[in-house]
Amino acid sequence: MKRVRIGVGAGFSGDRLDAALPLVERGDIGYLVFECLAERTIAMAQRDKLRDSERGYHPYLDERLRRVLPACVERGVKIVGNLGAANPRAAGTRTVQLARELGLQRLKVATVLGDDVLELVRAGDFNVAETGEPVAALPRVVSANAYLGAEPIRDALALGADVVITGRVADPSLTLGPLEYELGWGWDDWQRLGAGTIAGHLVECTTQVTGGYFADPGYKDVPGLANLGYPIVEVDASGAGLLTKTPDTGGLVSVATCKEQLLYELHDPARYLTPDVTADFTGVQLHQAGPDLVRFSGGNGSPRPDTLKVSVGYLAGWIGEGQVSYGGPGAVERARLAGEVVLDRLELLGVRARETRVECVGVDALFPGAALKGSLEPPYEVRLRVAARTDTEEEARIVAHEVDALGLSGPSAGSIAAMSVREVLAVESTFIPRELVRPEIVMEAVGE
Amino acid sequence: MKTIPLREVAHARSGDKTDTSNVGVIAYDPTDYELLREQVTADRVKALYGTLVQGDVTRYELPNIGALNFVLRRALHGGVTVSLALDPHGKTRSSVVLDLPITVPDDYVPPRLR
Repeated sequence: MKRVRIGVGAGFSGDRLDAALPLVERGDIGYLVFECLAERTIAMAQRDKLRDSERGYHPYLDERLRRVLPACVERGVKIVGNLGAANPRAAGTRTVQLARELGLQRLKVATVLGDDVLELVRAGDFNVAETGEPVAALPRVVSANAYLGAEPIRDALALGADVVITGRVADPSLTLGPLEYELGWGWDDWQRLGAGTIAGHLVECTTQVTGGYFADPGYKDVPGLANLGYPIVEVDASGAGLLTKTPDTGGLVSVATCKEQLLYELHDPARYLTPDVTADFTGVQLHQAGPDLVRFSGGNGSPRPDTLKVSVGYLAGWIGEGQVSYGGPGAVERARLAGEVVLDRLELLGVRARETRVECVGVDALFPGAALKGSLEPPYEVRLRVAARTDTEEEARIVAHEVDALGLSGPSAGSIAAMSVREVLAVESTFIPRELVRPEIVMEAVGE
Repeated sequence: MKTIPLREVAHARSGDKTDTSNVGVIAYDPTDYELLREQVTADRVKALYGTLVQGDVTRYELPNIGALNFVLRRALHGGVTVSLALDPHGKTRSSVVLDLPITVPDDYVPPRLR
């Protein structure tokens, strides 16, 4: 039976840069997937694009592709990645340039457009999913990106693409696209699409299924966390398959790591909505088939939703923050007093905060030799953190400054403060009828 | 009978989508699944998280993998992108649920010690 082997070389924007090449060199894979977008990442990328129309794609696109492109071309490994973020067109162009710079002779790069639905959302009558409020009531909307599915990826591969660059695509669809193409699954083959989506979900966060985000000393021990293997999924025509990791690496692929990842960001396990299918996790079976090798089966699906989820990014003011430490006896009381002082100062200065937050954090920064006391004892040190969301940058600066000013005017024996001020790019979701969203594929070739 | 923390029976992982958090609770040994089903209820989980969860808590059962999935609504201070919290994603939530006390027979041996 035909099988497709797919490795995932990145599971979020900041994922390890050196992980993908060993997958290509030693993983015996046919496809390399990069998943580099989160809810907020694309909105941040939209802002980069507003500042510079040639930017707004994944900031590490060069670093990631430069490392793997020659080896992928040599071995015939195709690349699928949402490296386009807010600007897939520019990312595609940059990828072609990069291939030329690397002296590659032949490469077809497909760019998937059409996830940017800002104009549609601005013009239409859409409501925020969680609150029911109109999207039009959100302040200063800067982006709206629909989650595309696997179909344009499948179509790009059918057109002969070696590299497929997308913008916002649902994470598991990056893996489902190659499966649909290679295994000839139909767009309404719900059982297989459901099973393939579950395979994609298992690997979309890379090391979260190979021993990352799992270690809990004494309970769940993981070897070699500094050199974790990245996941490889091998799927057969029925949608079942095997999960493993880069050979000769650290980490762990077990039934337990797979179960944790299955549940990650899951809501109703019988109705996991994606653009491609409503996936059903309730029949999934996992079996340890060997060391670092798990067999999965039983994934199912039902018809896809009529709407696509859209992430809407909008500017929601500023956050000013400051941190300062207190230690020794009475540390918590002094930290709390300091927090009250800052809040009183903000009121005195007329700062209109939308929301404020005072936290006490800490274990052993001030007195590294001091033993950690039991959880019922008062902590020996505390890091006070005061944060506030304001409408203006100026007010956010005052919040940070007032924590800094505790240095002379706060309670006894506080440390020097750390401060930050940042603009808030908030994200809400809405849903758009799928027929309004029209994916488009642009092909560019290096060489003939 | 004796009381032990859930940590001795199960492991957990949490995830986030805007203002909704989910916490998956997985029996180390599938034979302990019934123990989870009986004692790790939506009400107990909601009470454990207290004011951290402003909305409701829904429990889904996955007997096929010996796990429960809790969906906590209005649980992330308005969502990752606007939250003032040190952990806006609620990524640390899964560790807290493991403190939930579980009643087991006196001769119960935790999976890691079996």
